[in-house]
Amino acid sequence: MTIKNTTSGYGWAAIALHWLMALGIFFLFGLGLYMVELTYYDPWYRGSLDLHKSIGMVLLLVWFARLVWRWMNTSPAPVGTPVEQKAAHWVHVILYLMMIALFVTGYLISTADGRAISVFGLIDVPAIGYAFENQEDIAGTIHWGLAWTLIGLVGLHAAAAVKHQFIDKDNTLARMVRPQDES
Amino acid sequence: MKKLLASAALALATVFSVQANAADYQIDVDGAHAFVQFKIKHLGYSWLLGRFNTFDGQFSYDAAAPEKSSIEVVIETASIDSNHAERDKHLKGEDFLNVKKFPKAVFKSTKFDVKDDNNAVVTGTFMLHGVKKEISFPVQKIGEGKDPWGGYRVGFEGKTTLKLADYGITYNLGPASTHVEVHLYVEGIRK
Repeated sequence: MTIKNTTSGYGWAAIALHWLMALGIFFLFGLGLYMVELTYYDPWYRGSLDLHKSIGMVLLLVWFARLVWRWMNTSPAPVGTPVEQKAAHWVHVILYLMMIALFVTGYLISTADGRAISVFGLIDVPAIGYAFENQEDIAGTIHWGLAWTLIGLVGLHAAAAVKHQFIDKDNTLARMVRPQDES
Repeated sequence: MKKLLASAALALATVFSVQANAADYQIDVDGAHAFVQFKIKHLGYSWLLGRFNTFDGQFSYDAAAPEKSSIEVVIETASIDSNHAERDKHLKGEDFLNVKKFPKAVFKSTKFDVKDDNNAVVTGTFMLHGVKKEISFPVQKIGEGKDPWGGYRVGFEGKTTLKLADYGITYNLGPASTHVEVHLYVEGIRK
C-alpha cells in the first residue's frame, strides 16, 4: 500500500484527493447549471442550493489538504519535453487558482448579506464582516465565468493526459490511477 | 453676445425662481426620509417585505392648489434589498427585474384628483421592466411645516398594488403571489 508519492508515480493519498476533487468539481458544475433552472415550486429548489454550497465548502477543505499533501511530499518526475513540462506546470497552477477563486466567489455570493454558509447543517462558515456594493451579482458573474473556464481547462488537462498515455506511452494517466512500481 | 448670454441667464434664473415659488420639493433621499417598499405574499402563508435602497425624485405641492401637484420618482432597480443576498441576486436577474436591461423604474404623475385637504388620487405612468402602464392610487399627506434646521418639509405616503404579469414578470411564485404591493413614503424638502 503506497500512501505517499514516489519519483515514479503518485501514492494513494494524492490519487484519492485528485479523483475526489474531479468528482466534486464535475458534480458541482452539473448541479450548478441545473439548480438555477429549477422553478420555485420544485421540491429541490432549496435543497439543491444547500447541497451545492455544502459540497463547495467541503471541497475547499480538500483543496487545502491536497496542497499541503503536495508540499509535504515528493512529486513524481515530470515527463515530456521541457515545453510540455512547463505547460503542464502552468495549467496545474491555473487549475488550483481557479478552484480557489471559485470557492471564494461562491462564498461571497452566499455571504453578501452577512449570512453564514451552513455545511450540511453541521457547521456554519461565517461571513466576513465586510461586503462590497452588489457583491452577490459581481461574485455571481465571476463564479459563472470561472466555472465554464475551469471545465474547459479540465478538458485540456484530461486530453493532455490521454495523449501522453496512449500516444506518447509515458504512463501519465496510469500514474494517476494507481501507484507505479519504483523503477 | 455677452448681452445675449446675460439676458439668457437672467431669463433662466427667473424661470427657476418662479418654479421655486410654486413649491418644488426635493425628496429627501440624502437624509433617507423616504422609502420605497414592497410586500408580496410568500406561498400565500405570510408576507415577504423588501425595499429599493436607491431612488430619487421631486414633487410639486401647494396646499392652496393641491390639484396642481406633480411627482416624479426614479428607482434604481438594482438596489432591491430583501435582506437575503441569494434572493436579491435572483430578483435582479432575468427571471424578475432584469436590472441589466431595465436599470430604472420610473413613476411620473399626470393628474391629481383631490379628495380633501389631505387625500388625493394620483394618476400617472409607471415604467417597470421596460413596460409603461397608467396607474392610479390614493395618496395621503402626513404633514408639513418648518423643520428645526431652517428648511421646510412636507411628507406623503401612497400605496398601490401591481400585477407582476402586467409588467412582463411571469416567473411562477405561486397563485397567491401574482401581485405585489408597493408602498411609497416620501418627505420633500422645499427647494
